[in-house]
Amino acid sequence: MGGLTLYDKLWQSHLVHEEPDGATLLYIDRHLVHEVTSPQAFEGLRLADRQPWRASAAVAVPDHNVPTTQRSAGIADPISRLQVETLDANCKEFGIIEFKMNDVRQGIVHVIGPEEGLTLPGMTVVCGDSHTSTHGAFGALAFGIGTSEVEHVLATQCLVAKKSKAMRINVNGELGLGVTAKDVALAIIGAIGTAGGNGYAIEFAGSAIRGLSMEGRMTLCNMAIEAGARAGMVAVDEKTIEYVRGRPFSPTGEIWAQAVRWWQTLVSDVDAVFDQEVNLDAVAIVPQVTWGTSPEMVTTVNGRVPDPMQAPSDVKRQDWERALTYMGLTANTRIEDIAVDKVFIGSCTNSRIEDLRAAAAVIKGRKKAASVKLAMVVPGSGLVKQQAEQEGLDKVFLDAGFEWRDPGCSMCLAMNADRLEPGERCASTSNRNFEGRQGQGGRTHLVSPAMAAAAALAGHFVDVRSF
Amino acid sequence: MRAFTLFDGLVMPIDRANVDTDAIIPKQFLKSIKRSGFGPNLFDEWRYLDHGEPGQNNLGRPLNPDFVLNQPRYKGAQVLLARENFGCGSSREHAPWALEDYGFRALIAPSYADIFYNNCFKNGLLPIVLDAAIIDRLFNDVANTPGYSIRIDLAEQLVVTPSDDRFAFDVDPHRKYCLINGLDDIGLTLQHADKIRAYEVQRKLAAPWLFK
Ligand code: SF4
Repeated sequence: MGGLTLYDKLWQSHLVHEEPDGATLLYIDRHLVHEVTSPQAFEGLRLADRQPWRASAAVAVPDHNVPTTQRSAGIADPISRLQVETLDANCKEFGIIEFKMNDVRQGIVHVIGPEEGLTLPGMTVVCGDSHTSTHGAFGALAFGIGTSEVEHVLATQCLVAKKSKAMRINVNGELGLGVTAKDVALAIIGAIGTAGGNGYAIEFAGSAIRGLSMEGRMTLCNMAIEAGARAGMVAVDEKTIEYVRGRPFSPTGEIWAQAVRWWQTLVSDVDAVFDQEVNLDAVAIVPQVTWGTSPEMVTTVNGRVPDPMQAPSDVKRQDWERALTYMGLTANTRIEDIAVDKVFIGSCTNSRIEDLRAAAAVIKGRKKAASVKLAMVVPGSGLVKQQAEQEGLDKVFLDAGFEWRDPGCSMCLAMNADRLEPGERCASTSNRNFEGRQGQGGRTHLVSPAMAAAAALAGHFVDVRSF
Repeated sequence: MRAFTLFDGLVMPIDRANVDTDAIIPKQFLKSIKRSGFGPNLFDEWRYLDHGEPGQNNLGRPLNPDFVLNQPRYKGAQVLLARENFGCGSSREHAPWALEDYGFRALIAPSYADIFYNNCFKNGLLPIVLDAAIIDRLFNDVANTPGYSIRIDLAEQLVVTPSDDRFAFDVDPHRKYCLINGLDDIGLTLQHADKIRAYEVQRKLAAPWLFK
């Protein structure tokens, strides 16, 4: 018998009951709730006359539907407004903590969890949202669930789940200057494909991952879902522990010391065996830009839009052709020759303070290109916004002609008023470039915050390393 | 979930194949934040002559007199007789929610779409599969016999007609158990409530910060 993987340890420490067929009742420590996937779950509780098993394990925040301007005026769209008001009412009725729209702690659910210390190492964290994988950056087992599972967790504090296989992706070596966690995430997806992680829980490891900040690790785990895995995770180290120290919901005093002792064990044993291992060389990773309608349709900023005639299979050729038509691109165009109409810096992938600092560092003292219609910065939370303003980053953005907005999901999925018009092309720091994701007919190119900032200044994609 | 008991139910026939989830509950109703109250919009496009919108009062809407659901003889039906591949289309649970909310408790058809079939059990509806030949006969009998009602005996896995013909049907034992005992997934998990509590007790000792 080999040693245990981090995933094994997290799984075993939350196992309540196991059926002979492997269906497991898994205990859930933290349940994050937002307005889109929870209303029917709460109604289900009411219809069955059930109460939350442990209301204090849940924390709610509205994020998908909230406006990013003029919040005091309320939400204009009636459907959005009803979802947010329903969340407010449900939290009140069931005694669940909620950071409301005008609370400074409000923000994207995957940003506020870690920020408040609601996400801690060794926890199981679930949310009715696929990017819950983000929280795995803390050595936690975190994954997205559907609405009926939201109800199930509310009512029982457990989830019925089956264990996945374990994959380790090792990224060793040092990342070059201007190369970020987002580029690592996109390079990994480019290497293994969007189905590469299907059926696996992925642990990201290696010296390049240890070298990432907690923000960077969150960016990486956030996109584990785009690599096909339900969960991504990084082992606990000193950075993890330093990040959670002193957060509002973090333990203190003697209990803190007890917690740290356990957290330090949350690493894969040296003799742990993985079902699959993938190795990447950090030195070879350069800034990435997606060119198509799936995150795996990605290349380097120095590259070109691929030629469908060179596709490895007929199916891929058709996929590529369809993507190029939708994206309004022709084969062999240099990525640096692609002009953008809009720039979006935000989303649960890249809206933390470090992301805003990276973008501001590129922008400082320069101006947005006149051809770029809109460049917007949407901080991940009210506290990120506050911190950025203390550092004067808002001024850097505003001086350059960017818009400085209120926190929320915003143009990541265009459920609020922020969206692309048909045919518009956007450099976006979000995680999905699917057709219509940022607005019907909109064209999304996924990039890092520094690359998005550079594109806003140049009016087209440029290599931030030589910019 | 309410427990599924033996009952005699009036049968309403829907004589077409591939009835999809959009026909069962049109997509404009999926924007709702509710999971109940879909009954008045069941088969909305077939049932009314105008276009329905969520939140509308359905009482004053013009009814399509040709659609079975509006015929007085089928008022209060609890069993839906249907053709093959019933419930195809989307995976949303709104379709069984609407059928259940309207008052249906069992469906009889030669086949169902997979996801819909599963979703029925989760919502206390019994989807029964019978041979196409038997289904043909039932359609005939229903058409010729006003007030035609049928006995559904889940315990014995039998459909019993007024003339005492008995048709056996298959059902997964686990699903049958859940339906008869009114257990949804949550109810099943709550059968392990003691284990969950025991886990919490030992966990509170080992990791007290998780229970702040
Ligand atoms: S920012 Fe985008 S990906 Fe993240 S939770 Fe919001 S909508 Fe989902």
